[in-house]
Amino acid sequence: MSLIEILPYVLLGGVLGLDVVSFPQAMVSRPIVAATVAGAFAGNALHGLMLGAIVELFALEMLAVGASRYPEWGSASVVGGALFAGSAPSLPLAPSLAAAIIATLVVAWIGGWSMYGLRRLNGVRARRALPKLERGDSDEVSRLQLVGLTSDFVRGALLAGVGIAVLAPLANLVADGGPIPDTVYLVAIWGLALAAAVSALWVIIRGSSGAEWWLAAGLVAGVGIVVLR
Amino acid sequence: MSEPAPLMPASEPVALPPTSWAEMYLRTLAVQGSWNYELLLGPGIGFCVEPALRRLPGGPDGDAYRKALARESRYFNAHPYFVSLAIGALARAELERVPPVQLERFRTAMCGPLGSVGDRLVWARWLPLCSALALLAYALGASPGAVLLIFLALYNVGHLGLRGWGFWAGWRSGMRVAGALNAAPLRQGPVYLGRGVALVGGMALPVLLAGSVGPAHLPLAATTIVALAIGTLLVRIQGRVEGWRVALIALAGLALISVLR
Repeated sequence: MSLIEILPYVLLGGVLGLDVVSFPQAMVSRPIVAATVAGAFAGNALHGLMLGAIVELFALEMLAVGASRYPEWGSASVVGGALFAGSAPSLPLAPSLAAAIIATLVVAWIGGWSMYGLRRLNGVRARRALPKLERGDSDEVSRLQLVGLTSDFVRGALLAGVGIAVLAPLANLVADGGPIPDTVYLVAIWGLALAAAVSALWVIIRGSSGAEWWLAAGLVAGVGIVVLR
Repeated sequence: MSEPAPLMPASEPVALPPTSWAEMYLRTLAVQGSWNYELLLGPGIGFCVEPALRRLPGGPDGDAYRKALARESRYFNAHPYFVSLAIGALARAELERVPPVQLERFRTAMCGPLGSVGDRLVWARWLPLCSALALLAYALGASPGAVLLIFLALYNVGHLGLRGWGFWAGWRSGMRVAGALNAAPLRQGPVYLGRGVALVGGMALPVLLAGSVGPAHLPLAATTIVALAIGTLLVRIQGRVEGWRVALIALAGLALISVLR
């Protein structure tokens, strides 16, 4: 991909990376949204949605609680959505999907560390600003917010841009095929994603009295839908 | 949660113009803009409450304004949506000139409950419920636009509504706002939402599974076995290894074999 081709994803990565924590936390950064939008940018929203749904199953397991470190799904899903939806039609689907998911998970992991780094940097800025904050300087309060927001946008944009630039050739290498049949890739991808969702559901059920019966009812209804279709 | 002793009666609050409300509401969307490990949400609180503080005697150049802004920019922690409850309450308390010592005590007391209630209700229940509904819609064949609409519209009705309610409840209750956190929907909400996640998630899993690898029996059985085996393992080692890490290692291994052979 050329720099001009990457630019829309860089901007999208910045906006969606910002949404994760800083502004406005409307969850446009969730994988099911971010990857679909990136897919639409690449001309194939449906492929973006497929990748987004799979990564969403992994994301269900992670709670974005306060100071904890967790994967940054927003910019990462932009990378994954762009790589999968933008892969050449001649490439086999399953290895392309696997490669895009690997890229998403790697970038999400690095993204989590980049958020941790940004929070530490924000801490350094806040410490330096303390004398002015203690004097009630409103300009300093606004400046801290603005600098923090801008830094987060740049963080997400860089992550998406560098992620696509570095991982696109590697993803193509994997997607180009090999001896592993498509079915093996699909079984591994969906099996692992659904396993993460089962684990996430278990945590939720454990914390809600009577929820196990609701899960059982849901499973029966789901199987019923499958049979009837 | 026991309600703390009221520090002052919630009398008729001073008036705040709609423009100040609108500005404060918009600012809460960026309350975590400078989130850091030193002051956490502190500067964000100062940033959000600032439009109200301009109404203090002397205006933005006055001593009261500067002292109040300095107070409100100190360490604070809360869930980012529930923080509007604190912002509404603190704005009112500052305009009513509540003594600084009481304000400090109030801020300290609010940190824990605002964080735990929000984490439990939003991150652990409302978000997974909206995700599960979007996944079910995808599994049932909804278009990308429809899936996005279902997820974003539903989630943000809750998100933006919660922020708005927080302002209203915080401003109305002032320093007795802890009572608002004791409201039945906040206490019972996680239980009902948890059941909803179980129901919708339970429905989504078989439909997603059926659509994942096509109608052939062998791959379907293999996917089910992988999901149940790894899922059981993840449940048993809960908190030590997450599913995405296992997936990354497994898929990277497959990719490596594919490239090297």
